[in-house]
Amino acid sequence: MTTALIAEDEPLLAAALQAELARAWPELRVLAIAGDGASAVEQALALRPDVLFLDIRMPVMDGLDAAAELADRWDESGGPFPALAFVTAYDQYAVRAFETQALDYVLKPVRPERLARTVQRLRAARAGISATGSANEATVASDTSLQATAEQLHRLLAALQPATPGTAPALRQLPVGTPGSGGATIRMVPIDEVLYLQAADKYVRVVTADGEHLLRTPLKELLPQLDPQQFWQVHRAIVVRADAIDTVQRDEAGRLRLSLRGSAEWLAVSRLYAQRFKAM
Amino acid sequence: MQPARFRIEWPSVLLHGLQVLAFCCVIAVFTTIIWPDPGYMRQLVFSNCIGMLTWLTIEFGRLLVPPEHCHRGPGSSSHGWPRGWRGLVLTAAGIAVGFLGGTRLAGLLLGDTIQARAHDPTLALLVTIAAGIVASFYFHARGRQAGLQADIAAAERDASQARLMLLQSQLEPHMLFNTLANLRALIGVDPAAAQRMLDHLDDFLRSTLAASRASSHPLAAEFERLRDYLALMAVRMGPRLAFELRLPDELGQQPVPPLLLQPLVENAIRHGLEPQRDGGRIDVSAAREGDRLVLEVHDTGAGFEPGAPPGPRVGPDGDVGSQGTGFGLVQLRERVASAYGDRGRVEIQSQPGAGTTVRIALPLSSPGWP
Repeated sequence: MTTALIAEDEPLLAAALQAELARAWPELRVLAIAGDGASAVEQALALRPDVLFLDIRMPVMDGLDAAAELADRWDESGGPFPALAFVTAYDQYAVRAFETQALDYVLKPVRPERLARTVQRLRAARAGISATGSANEATVASDTSLQATAEQLHRLLAALQPATPGTAPALRQLPVGTPGSGGATIRMVPIDEVLYLQAADKYVRVVTADGEHLLRTPLKELLPQLDPQQFWQVHRAIVVRADAIDTVQRDEAGRLRLSLRGSAEWLAVSRLYAQRFKAM
Repeated sequence: MQPARFRIEWPSVLLHGLQVLAFCCVIAVFTTIIWPDPGYMRQLVFSNCIGMLTWLTIEFGRLLVPPEHCHRGPGSSSHGWPRGWRGLVLTAAGIAVGFLGGTRLAGLLLGDTIQARAHDPTLALLVTIAAGIVASFYFHARGRQAGLQADIAAAERDASQARLMLLQSQLEPHMLFNTLANLRALIGVDPAAAQRMLDHLDDFLRSTLAASRASSHPLAAEFERLRDYLALMAVRMGPRLAFELRLPDELGQQPVPPLLLQPLVENAIRHGLEPQRDGGRIDVSAAREGDRLVLEVHDTGAGFEPGAPPGPRVGPDGDVGSQGTGFGLVQLRERVASAYGDRGRVEIQSQPGAGTTVRIALPLSSPGWP
């Protein structure tokens, strides 16, 4: 029995996808329908479905971020990472990126013949996993499948960056607000003094050796303006200055974390960006 | 600082010069009638020397007046006629320079001695002043007309740009394809509901296309279009969207710019309700307050930081769509300003987590209001 989770915020569309799936894949059991990205992650962790249908535009957390977060929090010892199929009404850039990254996607309105093709691919992928599983290599197989998916997602998110690095000149200084000044005073922080940048709500925390500041620019917009050699993204919400990295550790579950010179904090390294530290 | 300030448009200067030349020849005919004695050729030299110097002083003198004190010229960057007293002073200065310098110059050119110069300096001065005022008024009026035409052309350009942007935002592909997906789903499970949804979509598309052409429609029509749009969204969002529209009957015929409230309701859904797990509600109301028509769109959505955002931003401001304060509000303010000038007001109240209220106050348009 193959199980699935549908993440879709529009109830009619979720029901329609479920009905179409019942026709195209009768042995598939839909475990639950999540109405937003964050609860999709929680329910996927709790129910451990084999297949995950993720709408891209959802409240609280979008489908791409939900997939990235799930990849980070997925415990491989309990079973393979779900096969992903994205669902979108209209995202021409995303669709192109899915195609280049060989990630499954379905367009809304969902057509039976197109869904049948996706189902066929998902079934084939499932068959591959159970075959290796019966050969008593389940752990190895699931590990590579999670790692492969994480790397696919990484490339997908990179392809969906608003601008490619190099088109904008690299920033030399960050104009940050001074706490308490209400935006009246702006300090220029040289980029070389930055230890790491962390997305926090609509802001970015700029952490230096002597303290932290707030920048009202979403991290996604800031990223293309940073020198990719100098600044490494290690998590959906964290960018570190490569020179400041002190140690990188791997815990029992295989997750990476790193510490920076000049800061006592440990920062989580996402599975999506873990291959930077593969030598470790 | 402003290179436009000293930019000289030579073709128009040349044209002005030729017009002045022709005008001076006419003046010379006139002065020959007053003083037939020295002959037309002599008068012509005097008239042209005075006229040309007057004109040159005014033509180039106005470039010294800062552009903010000038009427707008025909081109967007050109320097128009100075406003108010500056224009009068410039004209007076031009006439003075033209009369004093021009008579002297003409005397030199004709080889006159100073005593033989003029018959009646006072009358000559009066002729110069009269001619100077007539010519200045002519150029002033022409310049203003050209400036007004340029303004009208710019306004038309802005209006069509606004219409195009409105159309683009209404026919946003994500909205259309999601609506079609819902329609497809409904056809299977509830054909009657699917038909109703299709009717709403049909009305919505028709009114959007019509609104890109008309300049005003009754408030009742605006509310009908909101009802279509909200009905479409209610099918899509299910229990996450609740809404109420309140329009008193007596206000239904008030004319408003088409799709004035539509982008606000769209913003309320997209930036207010959609980011929230449980959605929220939208209330749209019209009310009469004294001699004003007050329209209000209130949502219980995510809200945003009021006023100037705290802390600086880096990089291009290309986040109009994602930040929620972009197209809808800027566009709304511009539309209200262009349709009602100072008599239209737009107020926005928002708190993160406490929803957003946009209030539009417009003048009531029925003159014989009970």
